[in-house]
Amino acid sequence: MSLPADPSPQLADFAHPDRLVTTDWLAEQLDAGTKDLVVLESDEDVLLYDTGHIPGSFKLDWHTDLNDPVTRDFVDGKIFAQVMSERGISRDTTVVIYGDKSNWWAAYALWVMTLFGHPDVRLLDGGRAAWQAEERPMTRDEPTAAPADYPVIERSDAPVRAFRADVLAHLGRPMVDVRSPGEFSGELLHMPDYPQEGAIRGGHIPGAKSVPWARAVREDGRFRSRAELERLYQTEQGLATDDDVIVYCRIGERSSHTWFVLSHLLGFPQVRNYDGSWTEWGNSVRVPVELGEPDE
Amino acid sequence: MSDLPPPLAELIDDFTSVGPKDRLQLLLELSEELPALPARYADQPDLLEQVHECQSPLFLAVEVTDGVVHLFFDAPREAPTTRGFAGILHTGLDGQPAVDVLAVPDDTPFKFGLAEAVSPLRMRGMVAMLSRIKRQVKEQTGG
Repeated sequence: MSLPADPSPQLADFAHPDRLVTTDWLAEQLDAGTKDLVVLESDEDVLLYDTGHIPGSFKLDWHTDLNDPVTRDFVDGKIFAQVMSERGISRDTTVVIYGDKSNWWAAYALWVMTLFGHPDVRLLDGGRAAWQAEERPMTRDEPTAAPADYPVIERSDAPVRAFRADVLAHLGRPMVDVRSPGEFSGELLHMPDYPQEGAIRGGHIPGAKSVPWARAVREDGRFRSRAELERLYQTEQGLATDDDVIVYCRIGERSSHTWFVLSHLLGFPQVRNYDGSWTEWGNSVRVPVELGEPDE
Repeated sequence: MSDLPPPLAELIDDFTSVGPKDRLQLLLELSEELPALPARYADQPDLLEQVHECQSPLFLAVEVTDGVVHLFFDAPREAPTTRGFAGILHTGLDGQPAVDVLAVPDDTPFKFGLAEAVSPLRMRGMVAMLSRIKRQVKEQTGG
C-alpha cells in the first residue's frame, strides 16, 4: 500500500498532488520512521550524494544505474529489479526522489521509473537545494537495505516515451523544446557553459515551441504554482490539456522535468519525452531542422 | 607505467587496486584535498582558463618555474567529481618537471578504472584538463 499524499495546501492545486512532497512532509515521515518509504537521491554529479545526503536515502545514478552500459537505452526489467531490490524497494514502496539542479536528474529518474510502471514515485519539491537551505539534517552514512522482492517488469515505453520515428510522425502537432534559447535558435550546439555534446547540426524540430525548462521553477528551485504554470504553457504557448505533446532537450533529462510539469502538475494525459532529443535529431540524416528564434 | 611521474603512477596503483566503490571514495578524498586558489588567482579569476569540457565549471592555471610545473584549480564544492579529477592531476603532476608532464600520454585519465565507476561520458572533463595543462606547459616552455 502506498502512503497517503502530502496534504500540504501548496500542493493541493496541482493536477496530481500525490506526485510531489514538501520538505516538511518528508522530514515528518523520516522522524516518524514511516515504513514502506524509500528516499533516493539522483544528481548530475555522481559524487554529490557521497558528500552528504538526506539520512536514510540511497543514491540512484542516471549513468551507472539507469542507462544500459552498451546500447543507448535504459536498463531492462531484470537490472531495474535488481537496482530497486538493492535499495529495499518493492512494488508497494512509496519512493521519493530528490536531486540537484531543481530536480533535473530526479525528474529523469522518476520518468524512467514510470517506464517500468512503478506505482508510487514522487519528487521532493525544491530538491536537494531546498532541503539544505532549510538546514535540515544531512549525513555521509550510507544506509543498508534488506533486499526487497521486486518483480521483473517489462518496460512499457509507448505511453510516455517517443522515439525518432514517433517524432517524425508527430511533425505539425504540439512539441516543446526545453533547451536554452541559443540551442533552440541553432546558435549553440550545447548548453551554455556545458561541453559540446556532439550534434552535427544546430536548431530545433520544426514547429516546436521554445519553453526553457527552468521557467517552470522558482528561484528556490520549487515548482511554480498551478496558475503560473497554466499561464506559461497554456495561455502563453497555447497548449491545451487534451493535446498530444512531445517534449525534448539534448539527451532527455531537462525534458523529463517539463514532462513532469505537464503530466503531473498540469494533468496533460498525453505527454511523451523524446529522450533521443537533439543528440539524435541533430545527427540524423535528412530530418527537417528549423533555425532561428521562436515566433512571438 | 614507468614513464609517468611517480606520484601519478602511485595514484593509478591506488585506484586500480580497489573496487569501483572505493575508487569513488578515493576520488571524493582527492576532491576534498584540492588546495584553494592562492590570492593572486582568487583575486584575479580572469587569469584562469576555463575547461569547457567539464560538466561543471572548472578553471585552471599553469605556472612553469625553473622547469617545474605548478597547477592551480578552482571548481565549486557542488561538483565533487570535477574537483576529484582536478585533485588527481594536482596530486599527480604538481611539482613535476615540465618534460615529464609533457610526456604523460593523453589517454592516462582512462588508467584509473574510473570510467566504470563514474561512466565513460563523465571522463571527458579529465581528458580535457590534461590536454589544456599540457598545452599551457608547452607554450610556457617555448615548445
